[in-house]
Amino acid sequence: MKNWIKVATAAAVGVALSASAASAAWEKVVIATEGAYPPFNYVDKDGNLQGFDVDFAKKLCETAKIECEIVAQDWDGIIPGLLAKKYDAIIAQMSITEERKRSIDFSNYYSVTPAVFVGKEGMSLTAWKDGAIVEGALDGKVIGVQRSTTHSAFLEDNFPNAEIRMYDTQDNALLDLTAGRIDATLADSGVLVEWVKSDAGKGYAFISDTFAPKEFFGEGTGMGIRKEDQDLKEILNKALAEMLANGSYQTINKKYFKEINLHPN
Amino acid sequence: MFEDLIYVLTKYDSWLWQGFLLTIQLLAVSVVFGSILAIPLAIARVSKLVWVQAVPFAFIYVFRGTPLIAQLFMMYYGCGQLISNIDGIQDHWTWTYLRDPYWYCLLTFVLNTAAYMAEIMRGGIQNVPNGEIEAARACGMTPFTTYRRIIFPRMWQIIWPAYTNDVIFTLKATSLASTVTMMELTGAARKIVARTALPYEAFISAGVIYLIIVYFLTFGFKGIEKYLRRNERREGQKSGPAKAGGTV
Repeated sequence: MKNWIKVATAAAVGVALSASAASAAWEKVVIATEGAYPPFNYVDKDGNLQGFDVDFAKKLCETAKIECEIVAQDWDGIIPGLLAKKYDAIIAQMSITEERKRSIDFSNYYSVTPAVFVGKEGMSLTAWKDGAIVEGALDGKVIGVQRSTTHSAFLEDNFPNAEIRMYDTQDNALLDLTAGRIDATLADSGVLVEWVKSDAGKGYAFISDTFAPKEFFGEGTGMGIRKEDQDLKEILNKALAEMLANGSYQTINKKYFKEINLHPN
Repeated sequence: MFEDLIYVLTKYDSWLWQGFLLTIQLLAVSVVFGSILAIPLAIARVSKLVWVQAVPFAFIYVFRGTPLIAQLFMMYYGCGQLISNIDGIQDHWTWTYLRDPYWYCLLTFVLNTAAYMAEIMRGGIQNVPNGEIEAARACGMTPFTTYRRIIFPRMWQIIWPAYTNDVIFTLKATSLASTVTMMELTGAARKIVARTALPYEAFISAGVIYLIIVYFLTFGFKGIEKYLRRNERREGQKSGPAKAGGTV
């Protein structure tokens, strides 16, 4: 009889412990960012992760009262790494798309930046006008783009006669732009606005209007999480709403982009 | 998982096919031109003159001693930038080729392959039995004829397994081309991952294609090895019946 009670007590304690473990599961969250997409996320000269995404992630954790660790992860492996539980969330300007939703889930969108072409000053490209593709606008042109992005899919699907070069980082595409190996590059205006102003971007400018068609670029960028972590999604969404309401989001936005409102809706 | 694999294979078959063709192209050109370049390097490497030896030694040392990806970046971003800074080059007719990543990739692979193969060939040349070379000299063969009729046939025999290995190594090295925008097989797989977020299916597809290539490579190279060692078979046949006769 006594043994039976012992077993029952042990079981009860076990259940209680595992229950508390479940609610405390998100006391510490590991967040991945790319670290090669300035000014959203990059590594500064001291080797620290910096940028809009990093500041945003830190503030988000502070708001949600969870302890966070931010790690850098190459873009190509960023979804597989999440699925392999190397980290719990991705905050790296990842656009929410249907195809990505096949394998991961997203929080509500936390930023949106329109895309723009950058090329030599005086050049002009109009690939998107009045809500439609301008067919053949890029024929015979060599366009550089970061691979694994919605921008690369947009170019490949709509401009079969353009030569599309895929780079592992946007930095490398910009290097080749200044070397004259590509005629233009398509990327987030938020990334390119800084580059055009910098010394490296001297002689280069926005050569198209900014555009952000939802059907190609999605509804914006979301925080990527595993499908089973719905409780974490709740926490992140709640903290995001709080940041938007109390103005801390806008402060970070202003710090990096005076001209662009990253959360217009 | 299985449906996803079918989905990847049917929807993105043209990407994989294009990637396959580029991979084969890079491999074939690197191996052919790398081998041609390796021959003089290997001959210079076995020279008794120190200053003749030094040039291929330095070349081989640099290309074997640094990672291939670093060489590729040096060539593509480094040399590419330098060339692009030459005045007026961007309006010159050669610019169409000079801006193309294809040639930088090929050049890097050819040089890298040549370095490895030259070292393998050096080993082969040095392992040709001395007696055979002396016999050739005794017959009055010139050094050129000795190389052509004695040393090279023996060298190929000796190095062939290592050479096969190096070709397969080069096949896998071509996967680095995607880092400088060349969409070979691995690049195609990465592109598919980006589109579908199905890493296993995309890389399994590419992996299976690599395995098929390697299967045919080993098969073909085995056949060539048999041909190269045909003299051993003849010798075996000659000694075979003689032994049998001896026991009867």
